[in-house]
Amino acid sequence: MSAQTIARARGGRGLVTGVTWLVAVLFVFPLLWMVITAFKQEADAYTDPPRVIFSPTLTQLAGVLERGFVPYLANSAFTTVVSTVFVLLLAVPAAYALSIAAVPGTPNVLGFFLSTKMLPVVAAIIPLYVISQNLALLDNVWILVILYTAMNLPLAVWMMRSFFLEMPREVIEAARVDGAGLAVMLYRVILPVVAPGIAATALICVIFSWTEFFYSVNLTAAQAGTVPVFLVGFITSEGLYWAQLSAAALLASLPVMIVGWIAQNHLVRGLSMGAVK
Amino acid sequence: MTSTLSGPSAGAAQVVGRPAGSRGGGGSVWRRRLPLLPALVFTIAVTQVPFVVTVFYSFQSWNLVRPGSRHFVWLRNYLDVFADSQFRTAMLNTVVLTVVCVLVSLLVGLGLALLLDRSFPGRGVVRTLLITPFLILPAAGALLWKTTMFDPTFGLLNFVLEPFGAGEVDWLSEFPLASVMAQVIWQWTPFMMLLVLAGLQSQSREVLEAAQVDGAGRWRTFVSITLPQLSRYLQLAVLLGAIYIVNSFDAIFLMTQGGPGIASTNLPYYIYQRAFEGFDVGQSSAMGVIVVAITLVVATFALRLMFRAFDISDGGK
Repeated sequence: MSAQTIARARGGRGLVTGVTWLVAVLFVFPLLWMVITAFKQEADAYTDPPRVIFSPTLTQLAGVLERGFVPYLANSAFTTVVSTVFVLLLAVPAAYALSIAAVPGTPNVLGFFLSTKMLPVVAAIIPLYVISQNLALLDNVWILVILYTAMNLPLAVWMMRSFFLEMPREVIEAARVDGAGLAVMLYRVILPVVAPGIAATALICVIFSWTEFFYSVNLTAAQAGTVPVFLVGFITSEGLYWAQLSAAALLASLPVMIVGWIAQNHLVRGLSMGAVK
Repeated sequence: MTSTLSGPSAGAAQVVGRPAGSRGGGGSVWRRRLPLLPALVFTIAVTQVPFVVTVFYSFQSWNLVRPGSRHFVWLRNYLDVFADSQFRTAMLNTVVLTVVCVLVSLLVGLGLALLLDRSFPGRGVVRTLLITPFLILPAAGALLWKTTMFDPTFGLLNFVLEPFGAGEVDWLSEFPLASVMAQVIWQWTPFMMLLVLAGLQSQSREVLEAAQVDGAGRWRTFVSITLPQLSRYLQLAVLLGAIYIVNSFDAIFLMTQGGPGIASTNLPYYIYQRAFEGFDVGQSSAMGVIVVAITLVVATFALRLMFRAFDISDGGK
């Protein structure tokens, strides 16, 4: 290989890197613009051409907090955390029964779990509305906890099962020979090994619960509303104030954004359902 | 090649296929099923029971704004739904939205994943940037696109296109479905990208190097080695993406309200409107049942694909 070819190859690589960066920045530009707008005064938000130079202010972020954002944030945090814990408590034993101690009819059970994800949620919303009204669960955080648990459980079972299948068989056999019962097997032998898989599953559940819109908009209001409900109430009551809307959107998304950034590798593993060997 | 591909999955099938509790009789099978039951019972109670109630409602004429109107009409609602041309439009929109969004976000995601599957300065930062649209609230994303991107006067899209001679386009009323799809694609591309990236990173380096030694070009290597290895990841991406995108609601609710007219109404939004704005419980329930029936037909094929991709065998036999 001549020096010239190497130089050309290096130049080509540099070009691809440049293109990659450019594409990435363009792709997230709407988000970058949201962050910028969140620090603008309303007058700087609506301009033609768009204004890039302005004096940043925290007024909008403070305004969002003043408008009662915190209770919605608390509801989102509660429903997300509690439903994720429930999902893990239900999914871990189920995945164990579907992988390590595979019960008869495993494919049917797995198929059933996945098929529930394919039922359009809208087809059940009316009964859910009526049932939660009769149980006095309308506008109550627990109805969301129950529904988010059911919403994420099938995916969690599938994911956990994939992770369980990766367990070295020797470890399980050794524990079985030692006469370990189900609880000991799960909590002392299996869980430590598949902990990263559990983290990945939990992360996916957190993202889907935090961003869920349909149930929370239809089944909750002022009392149990989550952050998407706050965003909707925000536009209907005041019209669209771009800077404040951007600030609200930023604050509403920030918690799950930070969690997702920190746990990126888990995200990849989780989404591929442990298919990564 | 084939042996490399089926290696890990064959191992997985073996673990499943092992008769773990074959030592016991019928009682032991139930003991083995025990850990599964809580999840199964909970899922049935929360997802199947409401659906059965939906079926029950779908046989009734029941409008919440007309008290005392509730009575059984059996199949009447279904006949009305089939005669409803708006329902058909919503169905067509749902198909277009789902197919286009899944395919485009998969292709863009594949492209981005290929760009990311090399080492270069700032790779971690670029990946972080690219996954972020998946992490923000879809509701926030929808509002963001509606305002800062698509606004006819102050929107960035028209600002960027202006030098190319485009006038002030009101994207949401002139191209409502396409605008919604742009936002949905933007939201789901990172998801597709992450899945493809996982697939790319699971490729064996030796095989790729061997192909290079054999003189296979980039494109040739991609088509004959990378793509086949990616197939189960691509199938998973299509399946999961379709499940979520077919239920799209946030973007339509917040960006176009299904309009203008019903130009951007999909089935979830149409049923929602009939239920919560028209208060027509019977009609919207019938629509829900029809949608479920259609979905199940499509899902049966999808599930078969899924089982092939994951090599799932029956553990008990």
